[in-house]
Amino acid sequence: MVTELSSVSQIPPEFHVKVDHDQCRRCKRCVLNCSFGCMQFKDKVTPDHSKCVACHRCTTFCPENAISITPHPITYKENANWTERIRQNTLKQAETGGILLTGMGNPKPYPILWDHLLIDACQVTNPSIDPLREPMELRTFLGSKPNHLEFERDEHNNVKLKTQLAPQIQLDIPVIFAAMSYGAVSHNVHKSLAIAANKMGTLMNTGEGGLHEDLYPYSGRIMVQVASGRFGVHSDYLKASAAVEIKIGQGAKPGIGGHLPGEKVGLEISKTRMIPAGTDALSPAPHHDIYSIEDLSQLIFAIKEATDYEKPVSVKIAAVHNVAAIASGIVRAGADIVTIDGFRGGTGATPAIIRDNVGIPIELALAAVDQRLRDEGIRNQASLVCAGSIREAADVAKAIALGADACVIGTAALVALGCRVCQKCYTGNCAWGIATQRPELTRRLNPDVGSKRLCNLLTAWGHELQEVLGSLGVNSIESLRGSRERLRGVGLDKETLEILGVKPAGVGM
Amino acid sequence: MRCNTRIPSGCAISGLMCESGDRIDGSAIINSIALMHDRSNGLGGGFAAYGIYPRRSDQYAFHMMFDDLAAKENFDEYVKDHFIVEKDEIIPTRPFGNITNPPLLWRYFLNVDEKKLEFVEDREYVVNKVMEINSKVPGSFVSSSGKNMGAFKGVGYPEDIGHFYKLEEYKGYIWTSHGRFPTNTPGWWGGAHPFGLLDWSIVHNGEISSYGINKRYLEMFGYKLELRTDTEVVAYLFDLLVRRHNLPMEMAIKALSAPFWDSIDRMEPQVKELMTAIRMVYGGALLNGPYSIILGHSRGMMGLNDRIKLRPMTCGRKDDMLYMSSEESAIREIEPDLDIVWSPKAGEAVIGTLNGDVE
Repeated sequence: MVTELSSVSQIPPEFHVKVDHDQCRRCKRCVLNCSFGCMQFKDKVTPDHSKCVACHRCTTFCPENAISITPHPITYKENANWTERIRQNTLKQAETGGILLTGMGNPKPYPILWDHLLIDACQVTNPSIDPLREPMELRTFLGSKPNHLEFERDEHNNVKLKTQLAPQIQLDIPVIFAAMSYGAVSHNVHKSLAIAANKMGTLMNTGEGGLHEDLYPYSGRIMVQVASGRFGVHSDYLKASAAVEIKIGQGAKPGIGGHLPGEKVGLEISKTRMIPAGTDALSPAPHHDIYSIEDLSQLIFAIKEATDYEKPVSVKIAAVHNVAAIASGIVRAGADIVTIDGFRGGTGATPAIIRDNVGIPIELALAAVDQRLRDEGIRNQASLVCAGSIREAADVAKAIALGADACVIGTAALVALGCRVCQKCYTGNCAWGIATQRPELTRRLNPDVGSKRLCNLLTAWGHELQEVLGSLGVNSIESLRGSRERLRGVGLDKETLEILGVKPAGVGM
Repeated sequence: MRCNTRIPSGCAISGLMCESGDRIDGSAIINSIALMHDRSNGLGGGFAAYGIYPRRSDQYAFHMMFDDLAAKENFDEYVKDHFIVEKDEIIPTRPFGNITNPPLLWRYFLNVDEKKLEFVEDREYVVNKVMEINSKVPGSFVSSSGKNMGAFKGVGYPEDIGHFYKLEEYKGYIWTSHGRFPTNTPGWWGGAHPFGLLDWSIVHNGEISSYGINKRYLEMFGYKLELRTDTEVVAYLFDLLVRRHNLPMEMAIKALSAPFWDSIDRMEPQVKELMTAIRMVYGGALLNGPYSIILGHSRGMMGLNDRIKLRPMTCGRKDDMLYMSSEESAIREIEPDLDIVWSPKAGEAVIGTLNGDVE
């Protein structure tokens, strides 16, 4: 016998929406804009507080600035152990019996090591360089490099390159867009990213949902992903790319697969993913043909064969405890690029228990991997790409100083497109037209405007990186790359500093 | 006694070379560096000289610094196990000026037993031993280890150091020198310039702002950076690129002082491919920050400025003499009547090559 729960939910609302009815002209713009069903019109605008997610869509578009959103005034009895989050989640599970789903990256207050690292600057003994007057180079190449070059002389005694280099991708700024699948995000997001990557000389990444045929013209700046579901993977897809990425894991959900519900699989997504419309797209947790490192090596070389050895192959893993040894294995297995995604990395949907408790910080993972590859003398063999909550240009500078060749931004790019990090991506109701497939919502994002905002973000970061390089007295990004001597730690314990390879602030050279 | 703190420093450098291989004594180089007295602060000076041991030109000349006699005795045991000692003697000095507390200065002329070279080439063997001595043999420091050359350095003004070592009694075809203005007081003789490894010697005015990555890059190839000086980094980079990776000197220079991408993008396709490959592969070797350096080796002398010329360097020629210095005045001091005098462009190397045999 099924016992029905009460129709009244016990879960208190998170937010309180206040409409100033003196100012409100009842234009209903907020009602039209609200995709979560919170703003309703009954003689006047009447919010259903329990449905508000703080996405700011209504406040942004209210012409009278009549709406404000605050934390709901209902307060729990104070308790440092039984936090509001835990009590709220317990109530949810008592009502649903399900795994708690969530979106975006880990929001818990774990230490953010980027904010404990400080950058050096020049004073007197070496001059700083003014990036407005002098060249300041950010150009970066991703791909496997040999340990040394060989030269020969031609008949005119000119020096010629003898070494044949592996394929390389030129980046004009060492910041690339994260893997976000068509399905998790809308077509207009993909298009915005593709246009911006093309204009800025960087890369976008398809994620595991294939590449819509409209975006093939941008494929020179697109890294295509091959994930455990193999969605949308075919010969043209691989050949059209700038690089191919094998996705083993993701920082927000290491060790688990993915699930795109059937209601999001419309005609276009169905064609792109090569699955029937309306069916769930399930990515298994492991690749069913990869049960060890030698299997990964086979897949790497299968892809290289399929692309005539013209594309660098990247392998993306989540930062887990043994990441350094795993990365070393991946390099030796033939990967040209290793992408490491830290435990704060974003996602469209993940069980909260995994997102909030599994993996390690990217700062430590990156430092450990870079050092391990150097200790083994194979650092040149692969580029190291760092992902998992790169929030601002300062994080990029610090990641590069720790040893990254380039950084990945997902959430930062989405925020530039309008995302307010409300963590409701998995509901498909994104009011900003980002993490949704509802046509009336996706059209809210204009790819021309979106791409311009992304270009602006990268342009700004590029200038900021140049300022940092200038203050460090170097004029090329490779002189910062791996130069941990230019970082100092504050408030970090000895072991953490040792893993980071960074001295504490106050210690000179 | 050894200082493990990295000391940034400003400096004076001067170098001269007789491209025909004629040898001159050390008084000219002392006069040249003495003119730039104010660019040093008395905390370090030194010289490198090539062609000074013609009768033992096929033996590795190790110039050693020992903390005390016990350290030397310790080293004597070590060196017997790893080398054939053809001759060893004290390095002659005279008390001079403010030169105080010198370490025990000794030189060894060494050969390597064929039996030790079964799996390793002799220069590689010597490099490994130099690394081992400097990091593991207490109280011993190798200040130079090349053939038919030597480094003479210490704590003091360079001209005083030159007189202390009686350099007027040596004859060489290349002389380089260095006056140091460290912004700290190490008081350690081994920390003075030039820095040498095999027949490479470096004198250097500047601070390598990319030191952190250059060091980690070299460590990947097994170099142990004990001195924590920029100069050491430069010497090891030349050793790695030219000796071990067999890069032509002009390509090694392009790796260390790389052209800007703006310029590379405008080059002829073949050259562009070369430069792009060098920057891709040797990014860790790029020297960034202000520097002017003079590299000496047995076949020549090379002057190099940083990519945007943040430190001075002037060059001059007279007949078959090539001069390089931080200041033109220091060249005019010893050769007032130059055929040509110029300031090389940023990142552009000035190369002196031995044309004939050494006299």
